[in-house]
Amino acid sequence: MSQGPILELRGINKSFGPVQVLHDVAFSAYPGEVTALVGDNGAGKSTLVKCIGGIHPIDSGEYFFEGERVQVHGPRDAAALGVEIVYQDLALCDNLDIVQNMFLGRERRSGLVLDEDTMEEMAAKTLAGLSVRTVKSLRQHVSSLSGGQRQTVAIAKAVLWNSKVVILDEPTAALGVAQTAQVLELVRRLADKGLAVVLISHNMNDVFAVSDRIAALYLGRMAAQVKASEVTHSQVVELITSGRSGELGLRNGNGAAS
Amino acid sequence: MTTETLPKQENADSSIGVHVKGYIDRVKGGELGALPAVFGLVILCVVFSVLRPAFLSAVNFANLFTQGAAVAVIAMGLIFVLLLGEIDLSAGFASGVCAAVLAVLLTLQGWPWYLAVLAAMITGAVIGMVLGSLVAKLGIPSFVVTLAAFLAFQGVVLLLVKDGTNISIRDETILAIANKNVPPVAGWAALVVGVAAYAALQFLQARRRVSRGLVATPVAVIAARIVTLAVVAGFAVYVLNLERSRNAAIVSLKGVPIVVPLIVILLIVWTFVLRRTGYGRHIYAVGGNAEAARRAGINVDRIRISAFVICSFMASIGGIIAASRANSVDPNTGGSNVLLFAVGAAVIGGTSLFGGKGRALDAVLGGAVVAVIENGMGLMGYSAGVKFVVTGSVLLLAAGVDALSRKRAAATGRR
Repeated sequence: MSQGPILELRGINKSFGPVQVLHDVAFSAYPGEVTALVGDNGAGKSTLVKCIGGIHPIDSGEYFFEGERVQVHGPRDAAALGVEIVYQDLALCDNLDIVQNMFLGRERRSGLVLDEDTMEEMAAKTLAGLSVRTVKSLRQHVSSLSGGQRQTVAIAKAVLWNSKVVILDEPTAALGVAQTAQVLELVRRLADKGLAVVLISHNMNDVFAVSDRIAALYLGRMAAQVKASEVTHSQVVELITSGRSGELGLRNGNGAAS
Repeated sequence: MTTETLPKQENADSSIGVHVKGYIDRVKGGELGALPAVFGLVILCVVFSVLRPAFLSAVNFANLFTQGAAVAVIAMGLIFVLLLGEIDLSAGFASGVCAAVLAVLLTLQGWPWYLAVLAAMITGAVIGMVLGSLVAKLGIPSFVVTLAAFLAFQGVVLLLVKDGTNISIRDETILAIANKNVPPVAGWAALVVGVAAYAALQFLQARRRVSRGLVATPVAVIAARIVTLAVVAGFAVYVLNLERSRNAAIVSLKGVPIVVPLIVILLIVWTFVLRRTGYGRHIYAVGGNAEAARRAGINVDRIRISAFVICSFMASIGGIIAASRANSVDPNTGGSNVLLFAVGAAVIGGTSLFGGKGRALDAVLGGAVVAVIENGMGLMGYSAGVKFVVTGSVLLLAAGVDALSRKRAAATGRR
């Protein structure tokens, strides 16, 4: 638990044209822990995640992985490091089955031909390792799955690649109570397996249920990154809504400097 | 939603009953597959053979293949574009342009047939490259790009064949494609080898999966598939090997037309590409969810362009077949109803206009339906006008079935 962060960002800036979305953001994620990334709509959570995942190039700032400075120019670079993102809209292909989706873009081949059997075995093993028991057949199309099952497949897809950091963008947003519980349980299991998990969520109950650390973004600035055990519900809400809470947070309410 | 059967998939999963039930569930859920085309084909054949017994003659049966060949080949290429949810309206005239290139080089320039064929195919690939780049890189909707190309290619054909004259083709090899037959013995041999190879592949695959503890297709289902293939293909070879000549003493006419093995080879190649290679998987992925494909690291633009290249390339082969069948190339080669028939063939066969769903086999099944309609209505003595109206209606019907089955799939949570 006391080891250093596996993923660390320092001084990240990102603009879209005239709009600066991220100001000098620092962020770290630790192996074996769930780090919740919270913030109001438009605070820059998704942008930060897309920068981590290489979807958006960063304008300036430093990206450290396992203590080494790295350059991430695209999704493949991030994937090569072991960073996987599970998007809010899941990014699954409805017309493909579970195995095909889990291996999309990284299919196993033997020669020219796809090695379907090995892929199916690996997919089954991964799902079993996550104690997932809710899908009937690995060869059913993703279109026939429920929301929770799709979320599970998306998460399993991220885990399959021996990834070290898994980032989940609002995994429970569209789910019912029972399915939310299942997914949160899965999130906790990922961290217990030694992965660094980053959980983006709006739901404070979810955040406090599973996370070890909480990072709050406010208007594109990192207001605070604290241990979940050291803050209360209302402090986090204050950090989200005003960027500060007592001693914590940005020194200036408008977040001019931190 | 929770049935606890994941990693240890129980053996019941591999029994025939479960397999059949799964199929019925899929059909009910809106995945009709080849059903409409097969039903349509059977009904059409019954109706036409009752009304016009000549429909059933061996001559006419062979005619069906040579008539439908060009359309089926163009449709096979179109399926790649349709799988991405795009459309290529220029495929018909692209085949015309390629046929004209072939004819000009062959007849006017005196090139050997293989160089002329190669040039025609390269023309097709280049056309596809240009269209695909315009769609993928510039982002012009494929509908507009290919509509423009449709008009322009019509003009190119006119320019190539010098305003309305027609160029006849005299090269024996090219003419043989649609006009000559495989010797009957070779037809039977190819059938036996083909069915045996299919059976071997299926059983080997099943055995490999069983040995690795994965769910395999039950033996009975595999056997049923093999028997179906053997019966259908065997019947076709048998009929095509009957004497078709009116006067066999003077000239004998029997055997499988050369276009048939050509189509079978193309079918096998493209089915292999779509189902067994990473490239094929990526085509489906881009058609199903382009954004997901992009995030998975798939080069979506390259997939798009390549699909158009394949489409126009197949159109060039279709053009060569059409030129061979007509013994000439004129400004109307690949024109009028060719494109409509090709799109119709793909959709009737079960390829979705919304992308992400389709097989190379669809082109052949749908092409057969289209060929039967055209041929049967011709035998009934209907005018071209009636044929157009009927074929248009059938295309509309197929597109309607596609849209409805998609709706149904959405309602049952399969989409």
